[in-house]
Amino acid sequence: MTIDITVTINGRLYRASVEPRLLLSDFLRDTLGLTGTHVGCEHGVCGACTVIIDGDSVRSCLTLAVRADGATITTVEGLGTPEQLNALQHQFRECHGLQCGFCTPGMLMTGMDLLKKYPLATDDQIREGLSGNLCRCTGYQNIVAAIRAAAALRNETTP
Amino acid sequence: MSKGDSVQPADLLRPRHVGQPIRRTEDPRLLTGNGEYTADRKPDRVLHVAFRRSEQAHATIVAIDTAQARAAPGVVAVFTAEDVAELYKPIIPVSRMANYYATPIVALATGKVRYVGEAVVAVIAEDRYLAEDALELIEIDYAPLGVVTDPEDAAAADAPLLHDEAGTNVLVAREFKKGDAAADIAAAHTSVRGRFRMTRKAPLAMEPRSYCAEFDGRREAITLYTSSNIPGIVRDALAESLDLPGSRLRVVAPDVGGSFGSKGSLYPEEILLCVAARKLRRSLKWTADRLEDIASSSQSFAETIEAELGFDADGVAVALQADVTGDVGAYSIYPWTCALEPVQVVSFLPGPYKIKSYRGAVRGVATSKPPTGPYRGVGRPISTFVTERLMDMAAKALGIDPLEIRRRNLVRDDEFPYRIASGIIWDRTGFVACLDAAAEAANYAALRQQQAAARAAGRWFGIGLSSYAELTGIGSRIAVAPGMPINTGSETAKIRIDSTGAITATFGVASHGQGLETTLAQVIADDLGARFDDIRVVQGDSDGVPMSTGTYASRSAVLGGGAAKHASVLLREKIKRVASHLLEAAVDDIDVANGFARVAGTDRTVSFKQVAKAVYSDMKTLPVEAREELEASYTYDPINGTTACATHLAAVEIDPASCFVKVLKYVVAEDCGRIINPMIVDGQVHGGVAQGIGAALYEEMIYDDTGQLLSASLVDYVIPSAVEIPHIDVVHIESESAVAGGFRGMGEGGTIGAPAAIANAIADALAPLGIDVFELPVTPERLFRLIEIARSQQQQ
Ligand code: FES
Ligand code: FES
Repeated sequence: MTIDITVTINGRLYRASVEPRLLLSDFLRDTLGLTGTHVGCEHGVCGACTVIIDGDSVRSCLTLAVRADGATITTVEGLGTPEQLNALQHQFRECHGLQCGFCTPGMLMTGMDLLKKYPLATDDQIREGLSGNLCRCTGYQNIVAAIRAAAALRNETTP
Repeated sequence: MSKGDSVQPADLLRPRHVGQPIRRTEDPRLLTGNGEYTADRKPDRVLHVAFRRSEQAHATIVAIDTAQARAAPGVVAVFTAEDVAELYKPIIPVSRMANYYATPIVALATGKVRYVGEAVVAVIAEDRYLAEDALELIEIDYAPLGVVTDPEDAAAADAPLLHDEAGTNVLVAREFKKGDAAADIAAAHTSVRGRFRMTRKAPLAMEPRSYCAEFDGRREAITLYTSSNIPGIVRDALAESLDLPGSRLRVVAPDVGGSFGSKGSLYPEEILLCVAARKLRRSLKWTADRLEDIASSSQSFAETIEAELGFDADGVAVALQADVTGDVGAYSIYPWTCALEPVQVVSFLPGPYKIKSYRGAVRGVATSKPPTGPYRGVGRPISTFVTERLMDMAAKALGIDPLEIRRRNLVRDDEFPYRIASGIIWDRTGFVACLDAAAEAANYAALRQQQAAARAAGRWFGIGLSSYAELTGIGSRIAVAPGMPINTGSETAKIRIDSTGAITATFGVASHGQGLETTLAQVIADDLGARFDDIRVVQGDSDGVPMSTGTYASRSAVLGGGAAKHASVLLREKIKRVASHLLEAAVDDIDVANGFARVAGTDRTVSFKQVAKAVYSDMKTLPVEAREELEASYTYDPINGTTACATHLAAVEIDPASCFVKVLKYVVAEDCGRIINPMIVDGQVHGGVAQGIGAALYEEMIYDDTGQLLSASLVDYVIPSAVEIPHIDVVHIESESAVAGGFRGMGEGGTIGAPAAIANAIADALAPLGIDVFELPVTPERLFRLIEIARSQQQQ
């Protein structure tokens, strides 16, 4: 049995017929080929699979694809491009906020959500906001620095 | 021939790229979802593999019934050990070591299972969901055998044997000796001792292991995409096992999501995927889910160490003895063997110190748990933990400050090269300079005052130091793992300028987060005289160079960087020869920089593109004999390798209510020689320290007495998040190293120093209660028990 769904992802409309048990993470990666979203645990702890659904960061490994019917989703592919990184991606590069890059899409999507919703006035607040995303390479220091820099830029541009 | 680019002669002399925090070439793709990890591969009509894994820790496989699974929807094939036995040869992790038994590595459990999580049956289906559905239809009948989880028990004469042919569970035993350590300790003014323990860890890269065997029917060839950091070693081993020449077996590590050692050995699943792809003539893919990754990737650091260190009245260490028992798990791994981790502990126990006599004995004992293998630091996080704890215990016993006791014992600048009591030779490195720099950066004196004030207020505040040295960039004279018969002492760089003028540099190293595409290009840019942006580094592909091994053991900057320098110089000389024709000047008068060759002191230049055109396309400009292909290859072998060292300093405070340890300050002063990219070096230190803090405070693989894994998820196996890791200050001492370029390896150091520094800081914080730290991790639960015991003893 399959169910028809319609989802807007990175500004593009997708129609698909999916099994009810299909995870959103697998739908993005295997059905649509959007492999920028990574799967690090499949049990909701690592945050690598984080995407933005209707304005909120969500773990795509804990979400069924059918639940995304009618939703608007942004994945890492919907941020900047290699030639034109968005502000947060740019700061990740400037601050060396990534090494192997596996946690990075999740960090970016969580970071986008944090930047939209919170003042991020202190490093503690940034660290708290990132506590649901695991990185094994960076020791977090430069990820925190990247988000701090992006928050400062945000504060300059939005009065 | 163009004139007047902007290079000034003075610029030619100094490195323009090495030493600079150049932004990484890798980042734009990795930041935008354009990277490609193995799990992202999409070969034509790929089939998916799922493994039925053992639920038993040690049992005979009596019967396997796969009939229902074979008939399940979407299932293409089901393989047991028997079904594939004829299709490959087991891979044996041989070694020239005496007293070592090499357990064969097979694609699927054969005859019996030896740990929970061992792969028994492979199901191949049209998608992963269907493959997993079919797993549940497989019936396996086991006859349980005795389970051995404790290495001491496993070493007993009457213990059930994991490998009957070995005749014992002690898979390896060795002893290192210099002088008469027992007599010297007996005669010493003071001695300190302890029984230390580091529990099992999972390296836990965020990307689970993943393999994709892509079958090419036209060439009868397989390309294995693998999340491995040793693609060259995997290629050579599989070529032998499957009897496939390297021309039909290519092994590629594309973007790899971290390894830390867990992807640095050959795995049974890699064999199975290649064997099955060849048999089915189809491409196959498998990615571990987190549970099976934790349960079946190599684990590490499981040792118990009885150690004693003797001192003279001045606080100079004179003799050390240690007995190490390693819980190596059910199999010896390829190529490093099960000796790698525990033997490294005894090799490095004397550390950076001038201890005269030494006895270090080690046993690696098989248990009903997954095999252990390399994990960042290998052996040295434990040897450093033990030696540095003993140093602090002695400092306390002798009434000497911990900083001072280290200063009295470290090898000093004028004493290098220095052979420590275990036989390792340290070349000149800033041992004392790092100690001093860490103390200065942390403002040690002020920290001690802060501690006195905190203590007066009844707070538990402690300061911990740890100094260590490591061998990095190991050349051919030293085996990375004891007695191992493969060459890990060299690396090849092949640099080519093609007919479009593009520069491609190919290496056998295999970056999995270290940013080698950037750092190796920095080295080449300087030594070739090319523009950084024009250089493309290709690595992680067994087809790139004739022989390679990969990236491990802090070797790639030293070996890859050394090969890059030499190959660059060779190619630069070719460019100069062509340019001398084109510019009608003597070869010696040509300078090469910034992608141009120039007649020194003039504005007459040719670009690399023009040089390439003259060599390859424009047949009129050069005499035939001057048309040398613009390619150079160099295999670099540093012969011995080089030392790297650091001192770590941690300040912690313990919350008496929760027994939670908060790391307030963390300083690393390290000497990795000439730094290629300080931004990347700092990142490596941060990440290594975070893992060391995880090992010291949180991480622990827990197996119960029946061999069942109790920490198979990220909820139960806790790695630090951003909240638990402090800001880390890094200070660099760049002392000269003798290897090409003056580089020293540094990828592992953070993890080596941190457990000891944290353990010492905790012991220091709890000194008023008389508590010492002998076991890591110091979880709140363990700390609570230690404090309870100490309090009840104080009351008595
Ligand atoms: S993959 Fe979704 S949280 Fe880890
Ligand atoms: S960069 Fe490798 S896990 Fe975060």
